[in-house]
Formats: sequence, C-alpha cells, structure tokens
Amino acid sequence: MLTEEIQKILSSARDTGWVLEPEAKRLFSMAGLDVPRFEWAHDQQEAARFARDIGYPLVAKVVSPKVIHKSDVRGVEVGVQDAKALSEAFSRLSKIEGCSGVLVEETVSGMELIIGAKIDYQFGPVILLGIGGTATEIYHDFSLRMAPLTSRDTESMVKCLKAHELLEGYRGKEPINLKELRRLLNKFSELVMTLEKEIESIDLNPVMCSSTRCVVADARIMLKR
Amino acid sequence: MNFYGCGAYKRDYHICPERSINDRIRRKEIAMNFTPLFRPRTLAVVGVSLTNDRHPANVIYMKNRLRQQVEVYPVNVKGGILLGDPVFPRIVDVPHKIDLAVIAAKAEFVPEIMKDCIQAGVGGAVVVSGGFAETGREDLQEQIVSLAREANFPFIGPNCLGIYSPPYADTFFLPSERIVRPEKGKVAIVSQSGGILVDLMIKFAEEGVGMSLAVSIGNKAVITELEMLQYFATDPETNVVVFYIEGFRKNEGRRFVQEAGRSPKPVVVFKSGKTPAGAKAVSSHTASMAGDYEIFRSVLAQHGIVEAKDESELVSFCEALSCYQNPIEGRMGIITSSGGHGATAVDACASQGFTVPVLSEGEQAEIRKMVSPRLQTIASFGNPIDLTGSVTDEDFMGAAKFMCEKEDVDCVLVLLLPYSPGITSDVGARLSLLYRQKGKPLVAYVPHVEKYRMFVEGFQFHQVPVAHSIEEAVNMAEALRRRQPC
Repeated sequence: MLTEEIQKILSSARDTGWVLEPEAKRLFSMAGLDVPRFEWAHDQQEAARFARDIGYPLVAKVVSPKVIHKSDVRGVEVGVQDAKALSEAFSRLSKIEGCSGVLVEETVSGMELIIGAKIDYQFGPVILLGIGGTATEIYHDFSLRMAPLTSRDTESMVKCLKAHELLEGYRGKEPINLKELRRLLNKFSELVMTLEKEIESIDLNPVMCSSTRCVVADARIMLKR
Repeated sequence: MNFYGCGAYKRDYHICPERSINDRIRRKEIAMNFTPLFRPRTLAVVGVSLTNDRHPANVIYMKNRLRQQVEVYPVNVKGGILLGDPVFPRIVDVPHKIDLAVIAAKAEFVPEIMKDCIQAGVGGAVVVSGGFAETGREDLQEQIVSLAREANFPFIGPNCLGIYSPPYADTFFLPSERIVRPEKGKVAIVSQSGGILVDLMIKFAEEGVGMSLAVSIGNKAVITELEMLQYFATDPETNVVVFYIEGFRKNEGRRFVQEAGRSPKPVVVFKSGKTPAGAKAVSSHTASMAGDYEIFRSVLAQHGIVEAKDESELVSFCEALSCYQNPIEGRMGIITSSGGHGATAVDACASQGFTVPVLSEGEQAEIRKMVSPRLQTIASFGNPIDLTGSVTDEDFMGAAKFMCEKEDVDCVLVLLLPYSPGITSDVGARLSLLYRQKGKPLVAYVPHVEKYRMFVEGFQFHQVPVAHSIEEAVNMAEALRRRQPC
C-alpha cells in the first residue's frame, strides 16, 4: 500500500530524481523488508551516540545527492572498529561533494545478491534476482520475472541462476535462508506493484543473505522522469 | 501500398496509444464476432480498378473469384463491368449481406468506405491500404478506429495483407501463382509483418506443417495479438498459435503473456528486433542488465509461451506442438538401431540440457527379455537402447513399450534407419499407436528422402512428429519442454 509516509519520501526526492539511501532504507523498512539498523548522522556526536548504542564494527557511508555510485568516490567505509576510526571516517566522508551527512549502520554479512525492479514499457513491473555486489554486471547471472511474483516464480528465480548451488549450500557451506529470500522477493514485488507509477527502477544491491537473514545493505530508487 | 512493411511503424510504439475499444472487448462489454471475418461466405473487394488488372484489389478479387469458396463482389465508385461482372458503386449497393469487406482504396477514402460497410451491416473488414500511423497519419487511423469502436465493427490492419483462410477466402494481394500454400492443418500464424508471414508459409509447406489460418495484422489498430489469442482459444480448426512479433505497445505485452499463459493451446512466439538499437545510458544495474529482449525472453518463459529463436526452430516447434500439447521436463529415452546415432543423440540432448536417465541392471535385463533372441547378446540395453542393424519391428516395439512405461523418462526419441533390413514400413505406424495407448510423447528421426517416405508416413498419419535430423528431433522435444513455465 502506498502510505502517506512513503509518498512523502518519494515527493521530496523528486528534484534529484532518486531517493537518498537512508530514505530508501526507511521506505523499505516500512514495506516490511529487512534493513540494517542505521542512523543518518548529521554530525560527529550523532554518529558517536548511535555507535555506542549498537556497538562496533560499523559501516559508514556518504549521503549525497551528487553521488549515485558511492564506491566510485570512496564513499563507503566498512569495518569501522572504534570511536576514533568512526570519527576519522566521518571527517573524510564529509569532504565528498554534496555531502549531507553520514549513514552509520550495523555490519551485515553473507552472500551478496542483487534484487531489482524495472518498469518495462511493454510488460510493466519486472523483478530481477541475481548474483550481486559491485561486479554484478560482470557476473551477469540473473533471472527476471514479471511482477507480481507467484510462489512458483520465486522458486524458479533461484533455480534458474547459474550459481544457484552457491545459494543452496555448496561444498559444506551453510545454505542461505531461502525462505527469507523468497519472503523478501514477495514483499519487494508487492511494493513494486504499488510504486509502478512513481519509479523507473530500483536496485537492492547488495542484499546480504546468510543462513539467518536477507538484509538490504544498499538500495537505490530511481524515480520516473 | 507497402507490400512488405506491414509492421513498418515498429520503431516507435508510442505513436499508437492504447484504444479503449480493446479494453472494452477484453472486459466482455462488447462481444465481437470474428467468424464472418475469418471464415467469410461473402466478400466485397472495395477499390477494384476498371483499367489495371494488377491493382492489388483486382488481384484479390480474381483469386477469390477463381480459387476460393467465397462469393465475391467488386466495388468501385465508378461502377461499370469487370470481366463480365457488374461493379457496385458502393458496398450498400451489393444486393447480398457481406461477411467480409476488403478495403484497398487510398487511405483518405477509407473512413467513408468504412461508414458504408457499417451501414450495410458488413461483418468485418480487412484494411489493406497503407498511409496511416506507419506514415505519420495517426489522425486518419484514429478516425477509422473510432468509427469501428462506435459500431462494434471489427477490422484487421490497416497496412496489412489480411487473412489467408483456405478454402474460404484469401485477401493477400499477391498473385495466386506466386503463393506457396501449406496443407490445411492445425497451426495458425499471426504476424505483424506480411513479408515474414508469406515466408513462413513457404517454410511450413516445405516441411509439411499444416496451417489453419494466417493473419497479417499490420498496424493492429483494433485487432491485436490479444484479440487473436481469444479467437483461437475456441477455434476448433486451430491447436497451435504462432505469433511473429516486432514489439508491443505500452503494457500490451503484459496482457498478451497473461492471456497466452491461460491459453489451452500452445502459443509460439518468434521475435525480431532482439538487438538493441543503441546502448542507453542507465544509472541502475537492474535497468542495465534487464534489457528489452532479456525481459521479453524471460517473461515468455515465465508464462509457458514457447519462444522460437529462428525460423528453423519455429517450424520444428510447430510440428511437435501440433502433435503434443503437454509440457515435459526433458528426461529422454533414446532407442536406436545404430550406436553412432545413439551417441550423437545423447550429445545433442546434453547440449540442450536434457537428461538421459541411466537404466538399472534390473531394467536392462527386463528389456533384454523383450527383444528377439539373436539380439539378446549383441544389443546394448542402457539408455540409449541400441538394437543394432539386426533389429525388427517387434524389437522396436518392445523397447518403445518399456520406455513408454518407465516413469523417469518423459519423452521417447526413436532413431529409425530405414535401411535396417529387418524392419518393415509398418514400424512407424505401429510405434505411433503406442503413443495413443501410453500417452508419452514420441519423436522420431527418419532421414527425409523420397525413398523413405513410406517410413515417415506411418508416423505422420498418427500425428507423431518426424524430424529430418537428430538435432531437429531434440529440438522438437525442446518445444515441449518450453511449454513448462519457468
């Protein structure tokens, strides 16, 4: 359902054309998707207070309407171990163009997947599941389905990946939580159906999948132009 | 007139917004009756020339007059006589009720002619004329669409060849002697391009695939792929529906795959324009990886629609699907009389991702008992079952019966070499009867040369597909697998 709060997030992002990561995460969290605990810190004190609350190690990321691809401008600091490191990261990230705060969040681990959506001209909303991370376009291993997804779709999307065995537990490795993954796909598909008229595409990349959780570690919502 | 450019406005689907008439028909608010359109008993050809025998309207008039069952009437505002028949100035002057009107006049006259058709209670029209949306005259197209919408009057086109529906009627403005006609059969073809349609008919004729109806929908102003799907769902003469598609309008693809996914009959799609015209700058990974064709391909498979990648796949798929409608997973049982053929078939299966389940010792012993004593020591009973050159009809039957009953095999490939001295020309028909009993799809390979026709016929007579190469046989099985939604 397109709540007022979700609409507010979308309309405030209208000018930049895409939704800033903390706002996107707030939106996904409202839609029932699992996101890391996070704080959009506007100063060092806010960052430090949140860090004390949830503990280290942490991730710190630049929040800037000028930066779509954060890693291209070294805008992501992972494995922040203590208050000193956090303070240094904050200072460094603040110098990046257009910086309007730092996103501080809990560290999540697991296999990196990408879940995406696109509003296609001929077929309307479609959902993508693939091997994710910054090299996702190099792996080029993904499956696509027209939304809304059925349970058969979420099952076959996993099966149709070339690397599906990696998800299902390969050579003694623990399988990822496929039930959680399928739940996430379903929730995401529902959300995309309600956002059809607002968005152009969405990347949840990476989604960190472990044996317990599937967490949206980074997200980008591109709005309809 | 654009003879082969019936999909000529393909570059930009934005120019033709969704028409509400289609939505209303889909919601069953209006029930359009397509029977007069596709199986007409009376035909009026509007726009015949009194001086030019080669005018498209004259070609259409003559071929129907001489070679189709339909009663045909020529229409031209000037009136007069054409080859001894009176020419009616307007369609309202024809003293009989007309099922189908072919309109082959200049685009600007089409709205008036359509008004006449509606007034005369004509069942439907084929608008052959070009000069509408494909040349930038959206206004003119809009005009005939709203006329049709108001009167609930179905028409095909504009800018199309129309229908080839033997023995009733044929509105293709191509000279009769130049057309290659497939036999009457169960496959219907709907095409955005008239040229591709005529070409597919040649391929079908060559390969002996029978056709029920061919429709060139051109600019698809009122009758689109969706209406055609709905028509064929209940058409008793058709059991496989083929679409040649260049592209869909906004969200039209979504409705098409949903409808096709519900279709009780196999739907095969052959798509052109798979290669993007140029890379667009995209800012998300999803948009970059999920290109137009990637989406098209995946969404078709999701709905159990069989995509044929090229014409040769298309022909084999149609041949297989006109015999079998149920999907398979692709666990093949192979029976051969030559080890080399068996090994080649295993390779072809593996490269398509089919499995060839191994037979257990116990199962092998069981088949051994089913074949003639002299084969028992020389044949091999794994999968493939290689019955050797000493094979007889009975041996083929025994092995095929076993494979048909084996649960983890869902399709049987029979590689039949007609030069094996021990078999007779009845073997094809006898093997085919097994399918009737067991219901497990059987695909045969027989070398297609005139000399061996009698071996091929036995299968074809019983609706068992026969391939002319091992690769094609595996391709036929692939068609059945693609029926399985992925």
